Amino acid sequence: MIKNPFIKQLFSSFLDLAPILAVVLIFQVLIIGQPVPDVGKLIIGTLFVILGLTLFVQGLEQSLFPLGEAMAFAFARKGSLFWLLIFAFCLGFGTTVAEPALIAIADEAASIASKGGMIEKTSAARNNYALGLRITVALSVGFAVLVGVLRIIRGWPLFYLIIGGYCCVIVITPFAPAEIIGIAYDSGGVTTSTITVPLVTTLGVGLATAIKGRNPMIDGFGLIAFASLTPMIFVMAYGMLI
Amino acid sequence: MIGWSTHFAQTLLATCRDISPIAAIIIGFQLLVIRKPLAHPKKMLTGFLYVLLGIAFFLEGLDMALFPLGKLMATQLTMPEFLGINPDQPNLAWQTYFWVYVFAASVGFATTLAEPSLLAVAIKAEQISGGTIHAWGLRIAVSIGVALGIALGAFRIVTGTELYYFIIAGYLVVLIQTLFAPKMIIGLAYDSGGVTTSTVTVPLVTALGLGLAENVPGRNPLVDGFGLIAFASLFPIIAVLSYAQIAHWRK
Repeated sequence: MIKNPFIKQLFSSFLDLAPILAVVLIFQVLIIGQPVPDVGKLIIGTLFVILGLTLFVQGLEQSLFPLGEAMAFAFARKGSLFWLLIFAFCLGFGTTVAEPALIAIADEAASIASKGGMIEKTSAARNNYALGLRITVALSVGFAVLVGVLRIIRGWPLFYLIIGGYCCVIVITPFAPAEIIGIAYDSGGVTTSTITVPLVTTLGVGLATAIKGRNPMIDGFGLIAFASLTPMIFVMAYGMLI
Repeated sequence: MIGWSTHFAQTLLATCRDISPIAAIIIGFQLLVIRKPLAHPKKMLTGFLYVLLGIAFFLEGLDMALFPLGKLMATQLTMPEFLGINPDQPNLAWQTYFWVYVFAASVGFATTLAEPSLLAVAIKAEQISGGTIHAWGLRIAVSIGVALGIALGAFRIVTGTELYYFIIAGYLVVLIQTLFAPKMIIGLAYDSGGVTTSTVTVPLVTALGLGLAENVPGRNPLVDGFGLIAFASLFPIIAVLSYAQIAHWRK
């Protein structure tokens, strides 16, 4: 690790974080009018966040970006559509099923469902419901990445897929139970984690670069968008079935 | 110090656990399907360790400093004592919650700017576009989108309007914008909707939503507390499409 770029990155991480600090301090002191509790902890925590962000960006450019690219090129050269699609599905499914934000939201959803009388009021029923929800979302993300990769290869316009998906959401919403709608809409946003995003993005961009006739800018992006769209549909469908 | 280091070790372990399925899939496919050695295995490995350590430090720091304070503030701001209102009085004017909207917007803007996933996509977009898209400009556009989205989401919780109407109206705007926007930006704009809401934004925004739904008379936290994330992923799309449209017209 060369010293200079590292320090530069540290500084830029600090700049990224400065707005949060400013907002928190201004609101706490000027508007709420309370002293800041635990200043020492706040400073150490902030230093940690800056260090973490710096290491993350460093690792991103050194490892996750080249890795995603190398795999995209290897698959494109191998020319086996079957394995590429399997890989796409696994990547989507595997990264989502263990996603902490999703686990949290699934548990939340289970307690809502049990209070709303949709399922029995036992912890076994709740756990079943939460697990089912997680699997549903993971399947939907796997499916989304698979279709998204197929789209890049075939060169379908992103537009149709997304609009089709939105229309699906709009049509299905009135039929879904009211309690599940907020969760369904939110679960679309939480599925994409810090490691999934760089990997999936480089996979898409790499594929679009490797395949003739595709433009990485037009065709390469869009995997993430599709992966945050399908969970809404799948979760609402799950809510209707159960 | 010992208590702290065990806590950090736990965070690191949890990060490893979250990453293990991805690592397994990549290694499995690399060994069984691609069957070609990686170009710089050592560099890859150290890079991967940086990512692991980076995420662990990031989460630890957030947990230590920003989350407790942010959550505390979200509840303080929505408390009847701060707003100077009588909690039993029904039908409050939505303006009572002025500071909540300002807070929602500022938190949305600031946290999105620090979101690592967005940073990754912005760096990639700048590389691919050959510099026509600036990482910094994209991030600001997305942050403004999230700020507007969350403020409007807070307004929705206060007034109790159906989430459904807002989301559908938002989609219609996106639809119309897509028809006119430069083709190059569409994929990126849609993607930026999904990446805005992860590690930093979700916990703070959820706390704000639940606090608001608990304290506004007549709202049910179970039904009304959710939905802010949906706003935060819809509005960046509109913001990025508008940004591209404006840049296009200027040319």
